[in-house]
Amino acid sequence: MGIFNDFSIGLFLMQLVILALLIFIMAKFAWKPILNALNEREEGIQGALDAAENARKEMQNLQADNERLLKEARAERDAMMKEAREIKDKIIADAKQEAEEQTTTMIDNAKATIKQEQQAAIAELKKTVGNLSIEIAQKVVRKELASQDDQLKLVEGMLEEVTLN
Amino acid sequence: MCTFAAKFTDPKSIFSKGMMVANRTIKFLTLLTLVFSSLTAFAGGGDTTSNDNGRVNTKESIDAYIKHHLADSHDFALFSYTNNAGERKHIGFPLPVIVWTSEGLRVFMSSEFHHNDDGAVVLEKDGVKLTKIHSKIYELNAGEEAVAFDEEHHATNAQKVLDLSITKSVFGMLFAGLLMFFGFRSLASGYKKGPIPTGAARILEPLVLYVRDEIARPNIGEKHYRKFMGFLLTVFFFIWVLNLLGLTPLGFNVTGQIAVTVCLALFTFFIVQFSGNKDYWKHIFWMPGVPVLMKLVLAPIEVLGMLTKPFSLFVRLFANITAGHSVVMGIAALMILLKAKFGTAGATGISFFLTLFLTIIELLVAFLQAYIFTMLSSLFIGMAVEEHDHH
Repeated sequence: MGIFNDFSIGLFLMQLVILALLIFIMAKFAWKPILNALNEREEGIQGALDAAENARKEMQNLQADNERLLKEARAERDAMMKEAREIKDKIIADAKQEAEEQTTTMIDNAKATIKQEQQAAIAELKKTVGNLSIEIAQKVVRKELASQDDQLKLVEGMLEEVTLN
Repeated sequence: MCTFAAKFTDPKSIFSKGMMVANRTIKFLTLLTLVFSSLTAFAGGGDTTSNDNGRVNTKESIDAYIKHHLADSHDFALFSYTNNAGERKHIGFPLPVIVWTSEGLRVFMSSEFHHNDDGAVVLEKDGVKLTKIHSKIYELNAGEEAVAFDEEHHATNAQKVLDLSITKSVFGMLFAGLLMFFGFRSLASGYKKGPIPTGAARILEPLVLYVRDEIARPNIGEKHYRKFMGFLLTVFFFIWVLNLLGLTPLGFNVTGQIAVTVCLALFTFFIVQFSGNKDYWKHIFWMPGVPVLMKLVLAPIEVLGMLTKPFSLFVRLFANITAGHSVVMGIAALMILLKAKFGTAGATGISFFLTLFLTIIELLVAFLQAYIFTMLSSLFIGMAVEEHDHH
């Protein structure tokens, strides 16, 4: 039995019809929906992966932003604190200077007053000493006639009387 | 068990799930029983012409038996035996015979031949006399009553008719087609419920993905492959399922029928020719980049190559499956042939292990041949649709 003796035209024709029909039916009712579903799923998975990747990137960006903001905020805070410190120092310095000036003026005033008072006191003293001298001189002159000793006693007595108050 | 069930909030869903599993198991078991209930009988055809009351126990009768099995047959025979009364009993069922005779279409059941396969039974069908010799239907010439044979046992007074019967192979193809249709239909409808397949579809999906990603895409290219998926997937599963059916005790030998493989190869051939682009034809008839003289020499070679491609496809598939079936049956027959030398147990043991070993190899071949056929088809298609932008 040769190969071509076995070839059955009838079987060939049946196979032709069956295979053609099978390809058509399977393509329409099975392969198309299956392949479409697979494609859809793969696209879905790809999409989800892309979305996750994007989200990750965004997250990273956000984090970077946050860090930048934080850094800026910190810098700003530092600047503010520095400024505040400067202002504080300045205020203190100013206050000190003013106080110094005031004290100086007060001291000067006080000194001036003291001097004035002193001069007034000295003038008063001078006046009193003058008056006293005149009084003493008057009394001395009045008692001069008695004796030398009396005169001296008088002067002494007078001097005792005189209290330099 | 109660406490276990109580942990779940909805015992109803557990119950229905359990029922589903049970249903599936029952279906599976039914299928298994169907397949294995026939295991007791080795695959084979109907009556043989051996003298020993239909027993197959000599070298000649084994050869005839194997040949008979490799050929197509008109009824679906599972096995046959001789009962105590000495009668030959055939287990199986008849299939319809559809023939186009000189007088027109004739349709009847194959049981009318009474398992006769050597032209002894002549049927009278509305003016035409039909008989069956070696699984082929013959129409006797007008006026003849019985078939006359020459020395080589060829009928001299009868002609073959166009036989469109639902033979065992056609039955096998329809069966495979139905299996494929329902299997992949369930996979397809499974996607409506969700993108992840469940149950048996979990096995089918990777196979579809395999054909798409390992066979079609790399050979045809991302741009064109989608168009050919219908053909490639159908052919792949068709060949594979039929190869596997050929390994069951049902005894199909569809992909070992040359008419079937020729038809498959012709599909590839025509698809390649019709999808061939300008470059493809140019490479065949007017090869670019070589001197004119070479172009003239190359053209007939390329045309020949165009024709040998489908030729190699159908011969490879046919030869592999036929050889596989022959060898497995031959080795199984060792059980009888070696009985004298090794005793019944020894011969059966040798034959059993060799057959088991070969069947496992055949299981691989069944897949391999489906893969090779599909792979080469997509390769040829890929060559036809390839875009040569470097010329």
